[in-house]
Amino acid sequence: MACDDKVDCGRRRLIMATATVGGAVGIVAAVPFVASMMPSERAKAAGAPVEVDFGKLAAGEMMTVEWRGKPVWIINRSKEMLDSLKKTDDQVSDPNSDKQMQPEYCKNETRSIKPEYMVVIGICTHLGCSPTEKFKTGADSGIDPNWPGGFLCPCHGSTFDLAGRVYRGKPAPDNLEVPAHKYLGDTKIVIGIGQDGKEA
Amino acid sequence: MNAKMTALLGWVDARFPLTSNWKAHLSEYYAPKNFNFWYFFGSLSLLVLVLQIVTGIFLTMHYKPDASLNVSGVPVAFASVEYIMRDVPWGWLIRYMHSTGASAFFLVVYLHMFRGLLYGSYRKPRELIWLFGMFIFLALMAEAFFGYLLPWGQMSYWGAQVIVNLFSAIPLIGPDLSLWLRGDFVVGDATLNRFFAFHVVAVPMVLLGLVAAHILALHEVGSNNPDGVEIKKKKDAKGIPLDGIPFHPYYTVKDIVAVVVFLMVFTVIMFFMPEFGGYFLEYNNFFPANPLVTPPHIAPVWYFTPYYSMLRAVTVNFFWIDAKFWGVVAMGGGVVILLFLPWLDRSPVKSIRYKGPIFKTALAIFVVSFFILGYLGMLVPTPARTLVAQVCTVLYFGFFLLMPIYSQLDKCQPEPDRVTG
Amino acid sequence: MKKLLLLVLFTPLLVFASGAELRLDKAPNKAVDQAALQHGAKLFVNYCQSCHSASYMRYNRLRDIGLNEAQIRDNLIFSSDKVGDLMKIAMQPAEAKTWFGVAPPDLTIIARARSSEAGSGADWLYTYLRGFYRDDARPSGWNNLVFENVGMPHVLWELQGQQVMGEGHKLRLDKPGKLKPAEYDALVADLVGYLQYVAEPVAETRKKLGIFVLLGLAVLLVFAYALKREYWKDVH
Repeated sequence: MACDDKVDCGRRRLIMATATVGGAVGIVAAVPFVASMMPSERAKAAGAPVEVDFGKLAAGEMMTVEWRGKPVWIINRSKEMLDSLKKTDDQVSDPNSDKQMQPEYCKNETRSIKPEYMVVIGICTHLGCSPTEKFKTGADSGIDPNWPGGFLCPCHGSTFDLAGRVYRGKPAPDNLEVPAHKYLGDTKIVIGIGQDGKEA
Repeated sequence: MNAKMTALLGWVDARFPLTSNWKAHLSEYYAPKNFNFWYFFGSLSLLVLVLQIVTGIFLTMHYKPDASLNVSGVPVAFASVEYIMRDVPWGWLIRYMHSTGASAFFLVVYLHMFRGLLYGSYRKPRELIWLFGMFIFLALMAEAFFGYLLPWGQMSYWGAQVIVNLFSAIPLIGPDLSLWLRGDFVVGDATLNRFFAFHVVAVPMVLLGLVAAHILALHEVGSNNPDGVEIKKKKDAKGIPLDGIPFHPYYTVKDIVAVVVFLMVFTVIMFFMPEFGGYFLEYNNFFPANPLVTPPHIAPVWYFTPYYSMLRAVTVNFFWIDAKFWGVVAMGGGVVILLFLPWLDRSPVKSIRYKGPIFKTALAIFVVSFFILGYLGMLVPTPARTLVAQVCTVLYFGFFLLMPIYSQLDKCQPEPDRVTG
Repeated sequence: MKKLLLLVLFTPLLVFASGAELRLDKAPNKAVDQAALQHGAKLFVNYCQSCHSASYMRYNRLRDIGLNEAQIRDNLIFSSDKVGDLMKIAMQPAEAKTWFGVAPPDLTIIARARSSEAGSGADWLYTYLRGFYRDDARPSGWNNLVFENVGMPHVLWELQGQQVMGEGHKLRLDKPGKLKPAEYDALVADLVGYLQYVAEPVAETRKKLGIFVLLGLAVLLVFAYALKREYWKDVH
């Protein structure tokens, strides 16, 4: 494809130049439309961090709060509950929380900042149902005689221990997600802001 | 690479009329070479249509057609527009594009229609193009009317209330018709939701269909030109009109310049004066709709005011029927009479360039009357203003109704053989 | 032909009728004065927001006028609202109607709504807030020059003092307030400037953007026109 012979070079250059400038204007014009589909200020405000005070939560008890439309469980783990975590170590698929389902500062045995308090998002990592709490141990649980306490998802039968770790051989692939959170007091946290102070 | 592209094109062409349509409507559609300024407004109309559809789609992502009140006592629909203006990233720009585009659409379409009047673009064999165009105009007015209710401001609400009530003036079926249109006893949530359906889905589809028909009808007979000369009468050995040039690349490249200039004017309005003195975004519409408080002065948006003037100009009852009804007839007649233009114009020539002084005077009077009617439509009526409106309405109709007579009496010059530029 | 068009375009000007019924004072322009706007914000939340919501405006948008979230939270939010919340009020519209006869309107876009041929919305608000006078015929004891028989009392009366209707339909300061007239006018100017900002927070940004867009299109115009000339030199 040589210039000058059958192709007018000057004209071609001008077409290319105009098309380039036009294309640039077009892309600039498209930006506001594409950007308008990003979360609005209203969506961002609704997803704002949530403060929770669980001073009245007794040992062995659980409370639920909403953050970004999702249920977040705060569990005051009793000594028995914490001990059960060592028993489930070999029954869960990711005992050391190698997969990033929790912030860096929660990559530990108890998957929390303070061992006694578990903060976890109550949504099964299989297909999104909310698991049921099964804190009763043994035959009383209705699961099996060796049940140490945890959660059972009614949709497809996945089970989780009291650190939100998923049992092996269940439909759910991952441990329950631990959201970014930060302590504001002894029994007060803000969910949605990490320990580094940055919003999730 | 080039061989692959050619093969691909061949594959498509064997299954779909791509290249044949490209040739028929663009690269081998021969348009007269003497198109002037007045010939930009067709493609500009198409541009604004696309703009309104695209901005409209993005607005529909965030707008809520709900007349009920939120916790702050503000109608949800009204609040959703302010949500777009503040909380949606770049929402303000999309909103201003759509509101400026609505007014731009009418400006461009009025100028496009005026070109038709100047050069006789409605004459045989282009009557059907003109008819499709008039239906587009009617559909456009409906689209604007339905759309204007959506922000649910005071003007939106009361303007809709007034216009829907006009239908109740139709003898026998009027009140029931109004009830059916509104879906309620007064303009309300039911009305808002159905107007939303009409504005977003129904009328745009009708508009697109009519625009396609309009362009197909045009391409079937070929474009007119400022001299009113039929270029197909003089063809060369290959059958190409001597005064014709392929639409692509000549008019595509020329229209691009027009588009850029238009966008610059559009930009100035959108970014520096989106309200345009209250003509493009009416001040009273920044108050949420209040069914209990009628604004002291209800006026339609500027592009409807000429016809609104005609409506108000009829103050006499005829044949036991309210003046209100005859006002509607006059207003509707003002639009419908345009449909008959191809058959009213009996001039031997098409273009104003070769018509005589009678037509030029008649057209000037028509334009002045149209502007005066438009201006008066924005104001509160007084006896003096009503008289002027009545005179202008008569002059407006006179332009059309007397045309069969004066177009034959006029001293015209002979049309040239070839275009003059 | 061209002469005809010119005549046609200018004739309608003869039909011009003028006559604004309302005379408004011009509001000083505070659009780019961040200190004034911040002062206005403070005045709004302290004096107006007990009755008037600004329910399309979020507190955190005030970052536009140079405030950070901590300043907004500490100085401008008196309820349990978060900084990302809308500037709503606790009073229910139905209750307000019972107490005042009409629910105090939301003020977010009042500066746009009150525009007219007589002047901008800011001008209207500036004249309104300085146009209250004592009127014992009214339930609140107050009336207003630009808004006859308004339901709103003169919230700022302690600052302005009390005006009464004098001769020639002009107001006269009967009892002075905490501020001198010029000081009160300046305070109202700040409040009105804030209301003008809240009516369209993006106003200053859009003007700046417009210049860039126009320049970009001007560059495109140069190329588009050159391309047109290049092709059309073949015609004729």
